[in-house]
Amino acid sequence: MYDPTVARLTYRALLGRRRALILGILPLLLIVISVAVRALAGADDQTAADLLGGLGLATMVPIIGVIAGTGAIGPEIDDGSVVYLLSKPIKRPTIIFTKLIVAIAVTMVFSALPTLIAGFILNGNGQQIAVAYTVAALVASIAYAALFLLLGTVSRHAVVFGLVYALVWEALFGSLVPGARTLSVQQWSLAVAHKVTGGELVTSDVSLTTATVLLIAVTVLATWYAGQKLRSLTLAGEE
Amino acid sequence: MAVEQPLATPAGDQSRIHDIGYRGYDGPRLGRGYARLSLYSQTLRGSYGLGRSVKSKVLPMLLFAVMCVPAAIMVAVAVATKAHDLPVSYTRYAIIMQAVISLYVASQAPQAVSRDLRFKTIPLYFSRPIETADYVQAKFAALASAMFILTGAPLLVLYLGALLAKMDFAHQSKGFGQGLVSVALLSLLFAGIGLVIASITPRRGFGIAAVIAVLIISYGAVSTLQAIADSRGSAGAVPWIGLFSPVTLIGGLSAGLLGGTNTFPGDGPSHAQGVVYLLVVLGVIAAAYGLLLRRYKKVGL
Repeated sequence: MYDPTVARLTYRALLGRRRALILGILPLLLIVISVAVRALAGADDQTAADLLGGLGLATMVPIIGVIAGTGAIGPEIDDGSVVYLLSKPIKRPTIIFTKLIVAIAVTMVFSALPTLIAGFILNGNGQQIAVAYTVAALVASIAYAALFLLLGTVSRHAVVFGLVYALVWEALFGSLVPGARTLSVQQWSLAVAHKVTGGELVTSDVSLTTATVLLIAVTVLATWYAGQKLRSLTLAGEE
Repeated sequence: MAVEQPLATPAGDQSRIHDIGYRGYDGPRLGRGYARLSLYSQTLRGSYGLGRSVKSKVLPMLLFAVMCVPAAIMVAVAVATKAHDLPVSYTRYAIIMQAVISLYVASQAPQAVSRDLRFKTIPLYFSRPIETADYVQAKFAALASAMFILTGAPLLVLYLGALLAKMDFAHQSKGFGQGLVSVALLSLLFAGIGLVIASITPRRGFGIAAVIAVLIISYGAVSTLQAIADSRGSAGAVPWIGLFSPVTLIGGLSAGLLGGTNTFPGDGPSHAQGVVYLLVVLGVIAAAYGLLLRRYKKVGL
């Protein structure tokens, strides 16, 4: 199910040349802001939770997820070089699974790790906040990577639709319409984080059972359907 | 048409150009200005998907509708309740809708420039009588115009609604004018930033993500820092922090100079700080234009 060559090529496509630098700017910004906040405001649990939740989990993790998830397959389909990969005797679901593993790994490294560091800078893991949001970021990485990898195989405008989901649905509708929060990766991952650390500052609107079931269902279904899409992929011209 | 086969001659003075029967062009030559205008109008139409496939019309039209519908609802509510003023001021509307505006510029800026880079059509443009500056001006102006249509249309809806509801004409016109100035600056600023980022990468997807990251993350970071600075008793720092993201730049400019509602926590920028905001906005626009010129001096040639 895992093909090292495909994985190596995907890593190179995602992180090769200057792309790793660009991916690294966002986490670096989070850490810089954490240092600034700590210097400006001192250690405060509520501030730490607001910053990690609002900027880290709600904005940075989805954006990294979009870049890594769609970037793992989108550009190849876009410029047509995916045919060279598809013509090799490798199962299409294997290709998707390998790319998913790579996308998850990249999203985790560039989102969960900086969240942990930023949490420790902000309040030294007081009330387990740093660990809670790191767990949330890890869980969210898996679901986002699977979801956006599927988008990458379905649409040529995957990045836009991924961002519309992350920013408009989760952030805007999620804050206005409570019902929208039930269908939000962010809330599911918060439910898991809440269970893991049992803190008061990390809460979710979704129960743990619902969240876990939905997380697993979304990840598995998205990966399976992406494999099916790749099996019947047709290369169309520009638009 | 019979073609004279060039003889295999050694290099020397034997070479000549054969007439192989292509017809010459003796129609009018429309020149540089016309080429620039065509590039402008094609890019502007392309920004709303006009003259392109149905699929590429969906997103810009959808975002345009999302921009205008809240304005229409506000007007309807204001008319129905016989309010004396609009629920949201003209300068504030764009700040509320910043996510939609950011998504629009992120999706359309790479549309305007990345495909030319990817399909290597840039040399073809410059084989026409246009120069680097013409290309940059046309693309910049087209995207800024598209953004102005996107951000100006809801203001027009608000203004017409306010006049229909018989609100104070002078007051509304002044607010509308101030709103238009602020969205004009916003259009230029966002178009400049979007184009500079998009022109670096030939990959459309990567360009979109990079533009969104710069606009949204910087806004999120700046508003977080502002809220913390305000609650920690260093309210004097709030307007200066606002200088570091495009959305708050426009927000601070409208609040400081154009009499708009303050969107910052605390007191908001003073008149003098508004001047600083204006200078920074103009500086960023000029810098974006300069960077684009520099980029297209070399790219693809």
